[in-house]
Amino acid sequence: MNTPVRRVALAVMGMIVLLMANLTYVQVVKAGDYRDDTRNQRVLLAEYSRQRGQISAAGQVLAQSVETDDRLRFQREYPNGPVYSTVTGFYSVLYSGSGIERSMNEVLNGNDDRLFARRLSDLITGRDPSGGNVVLTIDPAVQQAAYEALTSRDYAGAVVALRPQTGQILAMVSTPTYDPNKLASHNSEDQTAAWTKLNAADPPVLPNRAISETYPPGSTFKLIDTAAALQNGFTPDSQLTAASEITLQGTATRLENFAGTACGTGATASLRDALARSCNTAFAELGAQLGEDKIRAQAEAFGVGTEPPAIPMTVAPSTLGDIPDTASLQQSAIGQRDVRFTPLQNAMIVAAIANGGQVMAPYLVQQVLSPTLDVLDETQPDRLGRAMPAGVAKTLTDLMIGAENRTQGGGKITGVQIAAKTGTAEHGTDPKATPPHNWYVAFAPANDPQIAVAVLVENGGDRSLEATGGSRAAPIGRAVIAAGLRSGR
Amino acid sequence: MISPDVVGSGGRAADPAPERAPALPTGRNIELVLLAFAAAIVTAALVLVEANQENELTRALLYVGAAYLGLFTVAHFAVRKLAPYADPVMLPCVALLNGLGLVMIHRLDLAAADRAVALGRAAPTVLIQRQVAWTAIGLVLFVGVLYLVRNHRTLARYGYTAGFAGLVLLALPGLLPSSISEVNGARIWLRLGIFSIQPGEFAKILLIVFFSVFLMQKRELFSEAGRTFLRMEFPRARDLAPLLIAWGLSVGVLVLERDLGTSLLFFGIVLVLLYTATNKVSWMVIGLSIFLAGGFVAYQLFGHVRTRVEIWLDPFADFNGAGYQLGQALFGLGTGGVGGTGLGAGRPDLVPYAESDFMFSSLGEELGLVGLAAILVVYLVLITRGLRTALAVRDSFGKLLATGLAFTLALQMFVVIGGVTRLIPLTGLTLPFLSYGGSSLVANYALVALLLRVSNAARAPLPHRPAAPQVPIAEAGTELVERPS
Repeated sequence: MNTPVRRVALAVMGMIVLLMANLTYVQVVKAGDYRDDTRNQRVLLAEYSRQRGQISAAGQVLAQSVETDDRLRFQREYPNGPVYSTVTGFYSVLYSGSGIERSMNEVLNGNDDRLFARRLSDLITGRDPSGGNVVLTIDPAVQQAAYEALTSRDYAGAVVALRPQTGQILAMVSTPTYDPNKLASHNSEDQTAAWTKLNAADPPVLPNRAISETYPPGSTFKLIDTAAALQNGFTPDSQLTAASEITLQGTATRLENFAGTACGTGATASLRDALARSCNTAFAELGAQLGEDKIRAQAEAFGVGTEPPAIPMTVAPSTLGDIPDTASLQQSAIGQRDVRFTPLQNAMIVAAIANGGQVMAPYLVQQVLSPTLDVLDETQPDRLGRAMPAGVAKTLTDLMIGAENRTQGGGKITGVQIAAKTGTAEHGTDPKATPPHNWYVAFAPANDPQIAVAVLVENGGDRSLEATGGSRAAPIGRAVIAAGLRSGR
Repeated sequence: MISPDVVGSGGRAADPAPERAPALPTGRNIELVLLAFAAAIVTAALVLVEANQENELTRALLYVGAAYLGLFTVAHFAVRKLAPYADPVMLPCVALLNGLGLVMIHRLDLAAADRAVALGRAAPTVLIQRQVAWTAIGLVLFVGVLYLVRNHRTLARYGYTAGFAGLVLLALPGLLPSSISEVNGARIWLRLGIFSIQPGEFAKILLIVFFSVFLMQKRELFSEAGRTFLRMEFPRARDLAPLLIAWGLSVGVLVLERDLGTSLLFFGIVLVLLYTATNKVSWMVIGLSIFLAGGFVAYQLFGHVRTRVEIWLDPFADFNGAGYQLGQALFGLGTGGVGGTGLGAGRPDLVPYAESDFMFSSLGEELGLVGLAAILVVYLVLITRGLRTALAVRDSFGKLLATGLAFTLALQMFVVIGGVTRLIPLTGLTLPFLSYGGSSLVANYALVALLLRVSNAARAPLPHRPAAPQVPIAEAGTELVERPS
């Protein structure tokens, strides 16, 4: 009877081998799929059972996790939610996250390699594991001013403020904004309701206009033309056409100055005047004289048409678009046609001019801290390249002072010289009947730049066809500059 | 180490003492060491659970570990007294599995308590105390079986009684009103006031005894050759009756009690015993064929069988409904991966019935593939020791009994683990010694006691007559051997 017993034993071993093979399939081959399946809450629950790190700026807490007694142990809180949500983003059980919450997730949840030693010691000492902290470059005073300037007027738009010498982002606001606290609710019905409402909002709320959306830069593009011109034999006194309108080369299309006015009183206007008065005809002619290659090279030196570095959020690339012929080049030279910038890109351009032509990589994260606030990492300013020699930057600054002095709109700061450029960009399928996007890019003080800003107001702010960069965007930009200079960080 | 069991004559070489057969090593001391080892592992597991659940680590944990060791030491001394030559590895294997099961049940208690607090509900029933009580009862039964059954061959006398009792126990829940027997759709319970038992777990042992006796007696009959087909000798048609009766019974269990697992288990044991008794593969072929036929018909006729198969084919098709339990178990196993989340650090409580039917996936989430492989090896050792006993024991009843008992553990383990890891469709069985559930635990302790009893017979020295003093044949006197009567 022993032979069948031995065979039964073999069969049992076969059964064990089968089970092992199947377990290996489930726990090794398919493990990743099962772990990452959206219906598998385990990873999420583990994340919520650990104290997530803080996001702070200049000593102010922007996001923190506090202990609760519900199923998810820690509740994410945003003390000043709507003001900072463009930067912090949200952190949600159902809808993942955005902004810093998403791009710095590994640090905040404690999985980052820089926190490895800490995790190890938590394991040994039995201390509750917790995530690392993130300190931002944001200046709360500037951020608050930008937020108030946009929301008090009920504009859809964006503000980006940079420190020219370093690329530190001092403010980043996209309006209309939202309260991330609602998305962090542990009640899934509240969360779903908030999400549905945000997604249905018009104008849209969730896209970050400052870095994820691109707009025609309009007349602010003339800074690129001028920078290219000054490096290619032109001087501020070089004469350009002062005609109130021209015909684009090789077409019958007319291109006219704003409100159909001539550029000053003469037959020609100097480059200085043309920039101050923002004459479209002069810059269309200048663009044609410089040629596509020089314009494109100058734009690329500022970062347009290159893959923008993460801040650490991903930034949409800005582009000149295709320029097939001279007529297209003439349109592109005034920031229309297919030219598209993010507000951050436009802020980088003025910041580079303010920084003597040196383009700095913009960044939001100043420091990464351990849970016990030891500095694990400090961001060092990163030079992206030189857009122009310092002398050219100085000249361009002078021309921008001229432009600022001709710019209308309120909020001028006594005793502070701003260098600026406005833009009023047509867009849409029927440009003449669509309220234009309004821009204001500036830095101050002109002789010792402390802050550079780009302001975008979508669709004329109050949907007025008469809206201009000067009337809509400039007051906001000046308010932000004033806050930055007052804060003096 | 001088083993007190090995009574040798060392140190007295000069004194030509009367020659005695050297005593065989009993292995009892090895058993004690292995039990202490199992207790150490279980205590460490408990400490890990408490640490990961952020509970205070107190000395009380060590006392729990010591109490656990104490409980099994009592069992050990009972074995030392009642079955001194029994296999020394089986009891420690059982102790380790039982201990890990207790730790996991305690861990799931903690999770359930946390959840109740979070949801503001009343505190849930604490299962660990019950399971510890069942463990104690199981060990009492274990000692009781060893005490009452001094020789497994005496069981052979009660073969038909055991068969009848087993049949009654198996059929009882199916025939009783479902108010007494039905829990979650399966009618396998006897709910007796404060506690409930699953009589099927005990029936399985009684029926193994019966079949072993029956086959021992009727072996020759079943070995009669019928026709040869495909180089296999098939039995004569009239000898198929017992197999068909067994098949009918298991189908009856399936229909009346809606219990896929017991039905499968019962039929599988009968098949393997028939094969062991006759050494004819044809029995397996016939048996599996009619089993598959029965399974196919059941699939066609019964919704609950069809549902099980559909869940098996794609648990995620109806994740929020029927597939939720298996789907969550797979998520847990996948999240655990190779190393596991660590005891007490995962979320096995997300799987419904994590402490009973899905104990294995709970362990897999927190111990990982590595831990599950270790548990499978412990089962393998336990089962192969049982089958070794079957090889070593000299009487054919013992061989059949040991094979049946050991294979029951193997099949039950395979069906449960295969079910929760989606190797085969799910059946509602509990994992021997690991899962929460009193009947299963107590019955399996009786099962192991019987295995130890058989192994004691297999390993004990043959009773020998004291050898007569050797005298040169020439000097030997005459001796009256026996007076003819």
